[in-house]
Amino acid sequence: MNNETHLSFTSVGDISLTDLKKLVTFIKNNFNFDFSQYAMSSFKRRVARVLQLYSISNVDELISGLVNRRELFDEFLKEITVNHTEMFRAPSFWRKLRDQVIPLLACNQPIRIWSAACSSGEEIYSLAILLQEAGVYEKARIVASDINDRVIAKAKSGTYWIRSLEVNEKNYQRFEGKMKLSDYYVTSGDNYIMNKDLLRNVSFKQFDLVMGSEFSKFDLILCRNVLIYFTPELQNQVLRLFNNSLFMKGFLAVGEKETIAFCKNAEKFETFCAEERIYRKISE
Amino acid sequence: MNDLEQNRNTGIVSGYRAVVIGGSAGSFQVVTRILSSLPVNFNLPVILCLHRLKHVRQGFVEALNLKSNLKVVEPDDKEIIRNGLAYLAPANYHLYVELGNYFALSTEEMVKFSRPSIDLTLDSASYFYKEKMIAILLSGANSDGADGMKMAKKRGALTLVQSPQEASIKTMPEAAISATTIDHILKTDDLVELLIKLNGVNLRN
Repeated sequence: MNNETHLSFTSVGDISLTDLKKLVTFIKNNFNFDFSQYAMSSFKRRVARVLQLYSISNVDELISGLVNRRELFDEFLKEITVNHTEMFRAPSFWRKLRDQVIPLLACNQPIRIWSAACSSGEEIYSLAILLQEAGVYEKARIVASDINDRVIAKAKSGTYWIRSLEVNEKNYQRFEGKMKLSDYYVTSGDNYIMNKDLLRNVSFKQFDLVMGSEFSKFDLILCRNVLIYFTPELQNQVLRLFNNSLFMKGFLAVGEKETIAFCKNAEKFETFCAEERIYRKISE
Repeated sequence: MNDLEQNRNTGIVSGYRAVVIGGSAGSFQVVTRILSSLPVNFNLPVILCLHRLKHVRQGFVEALNLKSNLKVVEPDDKEIIRNGLAYLAPANYHLYVELGNYFALSTEEMVKFSRPSIDLTLDSASYFYKEKMIAILLSGANSDGADGMKMAKKRGALTLVQSPQEASIKTMPEAAISATTIDHILKTDDLVELLIKLNGVNLRN
């Protein structure tokens, strides 16, 4: 996906809430994905973006397009769910994870980690590099899940556009890694390809945080910059899922400007690091 | 203008619910000037979407707080919007206003090379506040904010732009002026004066 869009949103007329609801209901009934509790502003913008990208004039036309061309739904899902990410996004978070959290888990056998919205894989490679440099990768068992099969395929391929390299390199430097990021990839034309060996303890899984229920227990859950796309009610529901999926004293890390404080289920967690939004389960 | 009331003496209307300010290169001093001139009892939220370095999380809000009469905070996702506070869009996130008067953040792709995008903040804020919003666009070197001002105007918001003659970099105010009808093109001093008058009316009502 392009990181930058020059599409102007003013060329699409305002999408009404009625039309958004109609679309959400249609998708729920036909594709079994529930967007009814996605935060409105970004969801509206994502839908407007799909209309523009595929030159579709309104929501009704989009719905008939989805009826007639099943493959359009894959495109739709890819655009609706936000997949913009970076390796070591917010480097101070990754330093905190390496310096404060991983040492507390290092004795666990295995260390069980769930990346709950792995997107195109940047977070997984960041995590794998971190664990490898900390000398605990061999003990780690990582589950990487995402709502979207397509981005999982991209994560597995570990192939990224060369234009994203600069920001990833800079983030890795700010993370103060032991190596050079280039020790973990090879370039190939306009792309760079991450070392597949980093995935040897990773299993991928298609999983929808909205519809899914717990499938295992973990020592650490990463879910960074995903809850921002949900309403407070849905955030609370997902937080319950995370609580059920953590061992006691297990860690939950969300994005640097996300908070669980507005959720009722927040009482089941304590704050481990306020600055980096790392929490710890303290009750069932 | 629905619930907005025209004040007989000042000609200024009351009933506004938010001030939203967009700015980029050359806007920092204007923003600090505004924040240091507003009275401590300023009764509306001031929502600031200013272009900033993506990877520098600390420092900006602290710098604004040194000068500001209003407390400046970077909102967390889903934080309720309160009167009398200034909110700064966090680094590397878009800042949306949601129906229900709270913020939502987003890591969507950059818009016009910007995250936070002024367009997105103005668009979402005016979708909620409609005619009860004051949209202000300051100095800047790209055209971010022009589409947002257009949407804000379409929804009845009061649109103000820093005078291109005064702005350090006039690209951004000029882009807004050519994109839509701007209610007032003002120098910083006049902008501040208008906001103060407006607060007086807002407090009386």
